[in-house]
Amino acid sequence: MKKTAQVLALTGVLALTLAACGDRPAENAGGGGGSTTPTEATQSSEDPGPTESNPDFKACMVSDSGGFDDKSFNQTSHDGLVNAVKNLGLKTGEVESQSDSEYADNIAALLREDCNAIVTVGFLLGEATEAAAKKSSDVDFAIVDFGYAKPPKNLRGLSFNTAEPSFLAGYLAAGMTKSGVVGTFGGAKIPTVTIFMDGFWEGVQYWNEQKDDEVQVVGWDEKAQSGSFTDDFEDKIAGQDTADNLMSQGADIIFPVAGPAGLGALEAAQATNGEVNAIWVDTDGCVSAAEYCDTLISSVMKGMDVAVEQAITDSVNDEFTNEPYVGTLDNGGVQLAPYHEFDGEVPQELKDEIESIKQDLVDGKIKITSPSAPQ
Amino acid sequence: MPDEEQPRDNKAGAATKTKPRPEPETDRPSSGPASWLPSIKVTVASIVLALLVGAVLILVSDRQVIESFRYFFSYPWDAFRNSGQAIGESYSSLVSGSVGSWSAISATLERAAPLICAGLAVTLAFRAGLFNIGAQGQLIVGAVCAGYVGFHYDLPPVVHVLTALLAGLAGGAVWGGVIGVLKARTGAHEVITTIMLNYVAAALLTYLLTKESFQQPGSNNPRSEKVDATATFPSIFGVHSGIVLALLAAVGVWWLLERSTVGFELRAVGANADAGRTAGMSVAKVYTTAMIVAGLLAGLAGTQQVLGHQDSLTASFGGSIGFDAITVALLGRATPLGTVLAGLLFGALSTGGLAMQAGAASTPLALTQVLQALIVLFVAAPALVKAVFRFRESDNGGAVMAKGWNS
Repeated sequence: MKKTAQVLALTGVLALTLAACGDRPAENAGGGGGSTTPTEATQSSEDPGPTESNPDFKACMVSDSGGFDDKSFNQTSHDGLVNAVKNLGLKTGEVESQSDSEYADNIAALLREDCNAIVTVGFLLGEATEAAAKKSSDVDFAIVDFGYAKPPKNLRGLSFNTAEPSFLAGYLAAGMTKSGVVGTFGGAKIPTVTIFMDGFWEGVQYWNEQKDDEVQVVGWDEKAQSGSFTDDFEDKIAGQDTADNLMSQGADIIFPVAGPAGLGALEAAQATNGEVNAIWVDTDGCVSAAEYCDTLISSVMKGMDVAVEQAITDSVNDEFTNEPYVGTLDNGGVQLAPYHEFDGEVPQELKDEIESIKQDLVDGKIKITSPSAPQ
Repeated sequence: MPDEEQPRDNKAGAATKTKPRPEPETDRPSSGPASWLPSIKVTVASIVLALLVGAVLILVSDRQVIESFRYFFSYPWDAFRNSGQAIGESYSSLVSGSVGSWSAISATLERAAPLICAGLAVTLAFRAGLFNIGAQGQLIVGAVCAGYVGFHYDLPPVVHVLTALLAGLAGGAVWGGVIGVLKARTGAHEVITTIMLNYVAAALLTYLLTKESFQQPGSNNPRSEKVDATATFPSIFGVHSGIVLALLAAVGVWWLLERSTVGFELRAVGANADAGRTAGMSVAKVYTTAMIVAGLLAGLAGTQQVLGHQDSLTASFGGSIGFDAITVALLGRATPLGTVLAGLLFGALSTGGLAMQAGAASTPLALTQVLQALIVLFVAAPALVKAVFRFRESDNGGAVMAKGWNS
């Protein structure tokens, strides 16, 4: 009994192996009509119908140690790559970094895989990216959230003047607050975070100047460059605690600049049943965190996906330049999101003022003073 | 004639001792000093088993394979071919990315070097009966000291790198020594103090990086200046010489443990502190010494992270080396040679994992981490592996470690 089972199993395995060997030349041997169908099927499934097709172009990306699933800037940048693939039909290569000492290695690994364009994410990769760009002049490089004074020909810095839309957000918050106190906090005291808080702070000061009002900002002071931080971009509880802290100081509008940790602040705001509201950052919160949409007056949007896709598209079309990209209100790289559920509650007058301030910012009539703003 | 007789004698002797095949395995441990040899079979089997489980995970995470399994019954060969291709691509890039070329080997060595040093820091403490979870903190402090000397002072070439190295070693030794003293004087459990000091070291680094003297001029990003070229480890055949230091450190630890009086006391106290005390050894002295040397080794790992490639200090320059080191030490069964081999394996998995991500297979990073975890899991559960592979002999696989830390 046992023996027959073994023999059966052996023949089965043998048959499988033989059949597997015979699979490739099956078309010549005429092994069966079935063999052609799946090859066609795999071919058609390989390009699911992008508008263009550039199968020889390989676009690659290296994350910083946060990884592509950080629900923050790595992920948004990665969306840009995904969109580029969707529209242009490219090959991709991706590497997630585990520690800050790996970046040079990781870029080198992608270069060995013959990438045509490499996008790196985060200021931490600044040096490694520049070094790699100098070494491999036939590959186009772009880096999110970093700018160079003198970039090599094949390296484009993608930075974002998020102080501008944050200025609008600050003005909006000052116009909407009932308690006369608005609050903000950051995930870490790094320039790409504090630039939001600077803009927000300046917007509130501008409101006070214009309206002769005394709206206070808690959680950040641009002049002293000090304020509240969770020191963590993942910890929702820390975000919630910090928001509670700001609320206990009277803030009824919170501007969390802490990635996923900021979701804790939205939770805290939602728990007040409309007493406290919030303004989201990086993406339109009503889209990316739709469950909190009823507490979100607006969002400050940072178009990293758009900038990344543009850089890749330029590289595909041989139009790549090293001219630094700075996302501004003017070019739409950064913007204030729609008011969504608050559309009816924001007074028309305030909306109009924000539109005119936006124009003033674009025209340079209002100057951003944040030390973190890209030059 | 006597030449012919001798092998026969040997055979007869071996045959009477153990009936089944494993002559080399049973012969070696008696001659060699390393106690990890009896369990090498289990370790290799664990790795094989982990690779098998990993292969299944590769299949599950590969879209094409899943799709071809959908029409498995109408056309099964496609599923097999795609599966084979996915596994083949993944594992071939794992191998070629880690040892396939000289540049791959050098990357593997460079990633292994800090793991070996930090692993030795855990190993040494283990042998003294201490569970050093603080390698990460000791590594950070060591790197901060080495880095600061490296970018802040201008010194002549050879002097600079030596000073930076010594500063790193000293920093790590102090951070580890504190734990030793606390344990010796107050009995504070080293597991708790090391974990807490890890936090302190990480917070210290974050704090220092907000200070202007630690930031690059003209920037307020939390990133230090690059270490001067004069303070960088010289490279040999494209590999920075940190790996040489790591191997020297391993030899040093072996000598310390196996050949010196201090090492004897260390092992004696590690085996049974009360017996050591009765025999007239100063347990307090042993604990302090062990932790100082452990901190020194972890500090060496830290210096490799900054001085190896003219790097700058950032908040997460260390990654998770200090914690991976615990795994490396466990895998190496708390012996210097074992730690070196385990460190090399982890270095290879790390660079190979990178190639798996970047290459045609584009295997997710999480998978290599799962592979590492599986290997350790199987090594830690020798009974399971033996049952799967039906090993007969009852050598004590991983029992050495079980009593390691709560004496």
